[in-house]
Amino acid sequence: MTTTTPAMPAGAQATTKRSTAAGRVRTRLNSRTATVVSIIVALLWTVPTFGLLVSSFRPEDQIKTTGWWTFFSDPQFTVENYQEVLFGTSSSSGQLASYFINSLAITIPSVLFPLAFASLAAYALAWINFRGRDWMYIAIFALQIVPLQMALVPLLKFFSTGVTLGGVTLMPAWDLVDEQKFAQVWFAHTCFALPFAVFLLHNFISQLPKDLMEAARVDGATHPKIFRTIVLPLITPALAAFGIFQFLWVWNDLLVALIFAGGGNETAPLTVRLAEMAGSRGNEWQRLTAGAFVSMVVPLIVFLSLQRYFVRGLLAGSVKG
Amino acid sequence: MEFDFAEEQPKLLMLMYGLIAFVAVVGGLLLLLDAVPSWFARRREAQLVAASANGAPPIRRPKRGESGFAFFFMLPAVLLLLIGLVFPAIRTTLLSFMDGGSDNWVGLRNYTWMFSEDSIVRVLINTLVWVLLVPLLATTFGLLYAIMVDKARFESVAKSLIFMPMAISFVGAAIIWKFVYAYRGEGQEQIGLLNQIVVSFGGEPKQWLLDSPLNTLLLIVIMVWIQAGFAMVVLSAAIKAIPADIVEAARLDGVTPWQMFWQITMPSIRPALIVVVVTISIATLKVFDIVRTGTNGNYDTSVIANEMYNQSFRYGQNGQGSALAVFLFVLVIPLVIYQIRNLRQQREG
Repeated sequence: MTTTTPAMPAGAQATTKRSTAAGRVRTRLNSRTATVVSIIVALLWTVPTFGLLVSSFRPEDQIKTTGWWTFFSDPQFTVENYQEVLFGTSSSSGQLASYFINSLAITIPSVLFPLAFASLAAYALAWINFRGRDWMYIAIFALQIVPLQMALVPLLKFFSTGVTLGGVTLMPAWDLVDEQKFAQVWFAHTCFALPFAVFLLHNFISQLPKDLMEAARVDGATHPKIFRTIVLPLITPALAAFGIFQFLWVWNDLLVALIFAGGGNETAPLTVRLAEMAGSRGNEWQRLTAGAFVSMVVPLIVFLSLQRYFVRGLLAGSVKG
Repeated sequence: MEFDFAEEQPKLLMLMYGLIAFVAVVGGLLLLLDAVPSWFARRREAQLVAASANGAPPIRRPKRGESGFAFFFMLPAVLLLLIGLVFPAIRTTLLSFMDGGSDNWVGLRNYTWMFSEDSIVRVLINTLVWVLLVPLLATTFGLLYAIMVDKARFESVAKSLIFMPMAISFVGAAIIWKFVYAYRGEGQEQIGLLNQIVVSFGGEPKQWLLDSPLNTLLLIVIMVWIQAGFAMVVLSAAIKAIPADIVEAARLDGVTPWQMFWQITMPSIRPALIVVVVTISIATLKVFDIVRTGTNGNYDTSVIANEMYNQSFRYGQNGQGSALAVFLFVLVIPLVIYQIRNLRQQREG
């Protein structure tokens, strides 16, 4: 990132250094205030989540009649909410275990496919000479701005009725039932992820040293070989960054799942079920609190353990351009 | 009845099919690209050997370009983009000029409907409020926090806590905050934090999410809560990238913290600031999950993305839904053009 350097007034060096003892004390006090204030704000920021977490371990009648802060004066602890919301099989209980598996089944392929296709395309755009390469890159870059709302209706129609051109069926309807509908969701997520994925990975791949590529070419390595043996190992951090990004996006997505997965427990992910519970059983807090945490635990683990990669990807995607 | 794992097996089987398909497609593609050229190369070598054995001059073939490789490398991505984004986007644009069942052309009727129907005008105003407030508040908070935390100890822990909402789904965040806004009748013990605070200051508990326009503002709080972490992380990185000698020189010059902020920090992080504001604006324009989970768009809280979903998938009004989607697209375009120009200047400068 280049930054503009503001012009320094002349004579900056002329003023005497005021790094006296008092000055140092002041700096330290400043940094202490900063530490205290920033920690307090950070804790306040976490209070809503913390309240929900505490509540999810309280018995139902307690949650519904007293605030979660009374937990500290009158601690009562239970995991029954989790048991009920995960494994209970009455229609009102949540059955989240089933939806949890759906979320996994949706997310894993939806991360892998765009990762593979985008890195192939990004490599070609960066290191293979072909006609129209620049235009292709600009086109894919520009597709990032198309809101996925623009694609929903026709894509759904594509799955349900196929493609016919002048009476000739180019592509039959997919006619998927139950868990086969996962394929639709994978397909949709892969398409929607590609522009950003190509853009992000292209940023990394195009910055690999040119000498390395040329040396490999001189040694007679073909493009697929260079891609597999040189490029892929070198861009692992970028792959990780995009992988985490896409994982969080797909796991947390509601709109795409709502439209392409349907609402039943055969295919719908956790988010769809939770949104439905928040609407129809908005006062069943013993289920909503536990349910919300069931849906959060995986992304939180991924996020906390791989935060470094995620931040790096975020910065590369948004700032470096 | 107990949870029955056997019922889940078809899903895992389907997941396995997906993974097998992945290995087959990607592996197959790489194998194809590896094997085919080397087969051609071997055949050509054999031809050359045979030709030289006959004493005939080797056949010269025009050297094939690299386009073949490029074609196969690009094929899956381009194909999916065409099927999944380009054609659908064109089709949606066309549908926006047709009626609800997509049978007849109706000209601009869907667009005039959008700006004349009171409930939709309300939706547009709500979206405007969202897109003005969220980037402003989230960026301001993120910037202040980034500056403050820069000198603090435990910096990474504090930053992680602020950043954590980014990992939570919008649905989860909406539930967290609905619990904060929860309401119990007067006289009963409150279970929502906000009402408890109001009551302990002697006020009356309220059903926060039912009152317009306050409910929209309370939903906006959720989005700010999520996006502030993003703003903070990006801006904090930008602040750390300010060359130390500039800061040191300014400090020796005896500038006040106020001057330091406006004359050193702000100009240095301006590019990052623009990126943050634009990125959050775009995300806000498309906000859907929070409103859907929070109020389901009732009580005058709906925004464009929600109304688009309702029109297209609940009321079967494809024309009107498509018109809303196109309008959303049109709103995003200038933001992105601005961002691209900004990035280009940054690269050249």
